[in-house]
Amino acid sequence: MKTDQVLSVLEKHEGDRGGLIAVLEDVQAKYGYLPAEVLKIVAEETGRSLVDIYGVATFYRSLSLRPRGKHLCSVCTGTACHVRGAPVIAGEFERQLETAVGATTEDKEFTLETVNCLGACALGPIVVVDGHYFSNVNSSRVKQIIKKTHAGLDEAEIKADRRVYLHTVSCSRCNHSLMDPNHKIDGSPAIRVTVSFERKHGWLRLSSLYGSFAVESEYPIRTDEIVDVFCPHCHAELKSAPACPLCNAPMVSMIVRAGGIVQICSRRGCKGHMLDLNGGGV
Amino acid sequence: MITLTINGLEVPVEKGTTLLEAARFLGFPIPTLCHMDGLSPYGACRLCVVEIGEGPKAKLVSSCTYPAQEGLIVRTASSRVLRARKMVLELLLASCPQSKTIQDLASAHNVRQQRFRQEHEDCILCGLCVRMCKEQMVAKAIGFRGRGQTRSIGTPFDIRSEECRLCGGCMYVCPACQLRCTYTEPEKAVCGGCANVSPPCVEKEQFDDMMCYMTPCVACEIQE
Ligand code: SF4
Ligand code: SF4
Ligand code: SF4
Ligand code: FES
Ligand code: FES
Repeated sequence: MKTDQVLSVLEKHEGDRGGLIAVLEDVQAKYGYLPAEVLKIVAEETGRSLVDIYGVATFYRSLSLRPRGKHLCSVCTGTACHVRGAPVIAGEFERQLETAVGATTEDKEFTLETVNCLGACALGPIVVVDGHYFSNVNSSRVKQIIKKTHAGLDEAEIKADRRVYLHTVSCSRCNHSLMDPNHKIDGSPAIRVTVSFERKHGWLRLSSLYGSFAVESEYPIRTDEIVDVFCPHCHAELKSAPACPLCNAPMVSMIVRAGGIVQICSRRGCKGHMLDLNGGGV
Repeated sequence: MITLTINGLEVPVEKGTTLLEAARFLGFPIPTLCHMDGLSPYGACRLCVVEIGEGPKAKLVSSCTYPAQEGLIVRTASSRVLRARKMVLELLLASCPQSKTIQDLASAHNVRQQRFRQEHEDCILCGLCVRMCKEQMVAKAIGFRGRGQTRSIGTPFDIRSEECRLCGGCMYVCPACQLRCTYTEPEKAVCGGCANVSPPCVEKEQFDDMMCYMTPCVACEIQE
């Protein structure tokens, strides 16, 4: 049964030679980590040598050879977060969870890791638990974050989400506003970003009404197309670390002016989104 | 054919020749560590630096990986090259002072001091063993793992590789570990026990610190 899953992943990637990282990512999405037997199957089926695959699997931090905990807690120790005290926060997590960075707690609940910049420096220090962003974290909030994760982040989310929410967003890198006051969708100013797909680059305007998925685009985007989204001011890609909970495509993150981060799925037509309001949420 | 100038001498070479090959063809010595005829160039040790270009644009490149270009001006022993080479050797010596190969190179290049902390690394990540295993033995049993500070050489999952032919080629080319096979007698240069039918290190319980860079040893058929 294990073999079937790998084979289905490999089948999906049949034909795109050189797509080893993509294969490993998908395999990891299935098992939560990269089991040794599975890597051997990948080696056999793709005709690559096991050393090469093992080399790639150990090179990238996002790939793990050891089982991970139920919750993945990433503390950003990138430059911006570092100077705002990320090492202290990481240390606090180590103490509270009684584990080390890079390791998993004994009850297999938490895996703690540090990452180098999550692309939301303006709101640092950042901690991401299971794709939910916690911004401006300080060590006294660590306990709360752990407690909240135990209680179930997604439940808390749904409660906070049941309303129409008008949000003003800005770029998670440069903090420039992404609002376009001259262009209205759903009767309120639209969010304007730059998108790129299939060698086309153009603008995309999104409704700023939370829960509305209305968009307008310079070029028509096919349903299911995954687009790269950029900030029109600093041209940074608005990509965030976690994948869409619905379809596994990359998520696009933006800062909510009121505080917090909103993430939307980069796949056209997918309704995957997450909202982390650090005020209301935590 | 490409014509380039090495130490003032014009030399025509085939396209695709490296600076190292061209200089050696003319008889200019360039020391190397991670280069070996028959293996693809890798450019890891930087010992083979030469200076190319002129004036403020002159720069140091590793000759084992740099392809000859038309009209290129190369100096293999300018004072800048010699200084850089000595520094490289001093650093190599610091990371792996027990290596006979590095000691010999250092003494041949008049490195008389060693100002950095000695690390006694098992491996300088020159990649010779990996290339040997892949290109000459066509086994692909060992490779690089991890990255940065934790980069290391070994088999996948640190277990005996099914691909390994037990040829010993990797140990033969290694500049760092060739002298570490001493079994129980560290004063002795080489134990040579593996030439026997049953290597003595097989009988030893703790075979950790006397085998090459790989635990478990790939030459002696030990399994954990
Ligand atoms: S002994 Fe094994 S690992 Fe070493 S070169 Fe030979 S096949 Fe490769
Ligand atoms: S084990 Fe030896 S040959 Fe292999 S990379 Fe390290 S120093 Fe070089
Ligand atoms: S491989 Fe074992 S037996 Fe052979 S020289 Fe090294 S320690 Fe001695
Ligand atoms: S440094 Fe932490 S998000 Fe950029
Ligand atoms: S011999 Fe050229 S870099 Fe090592």
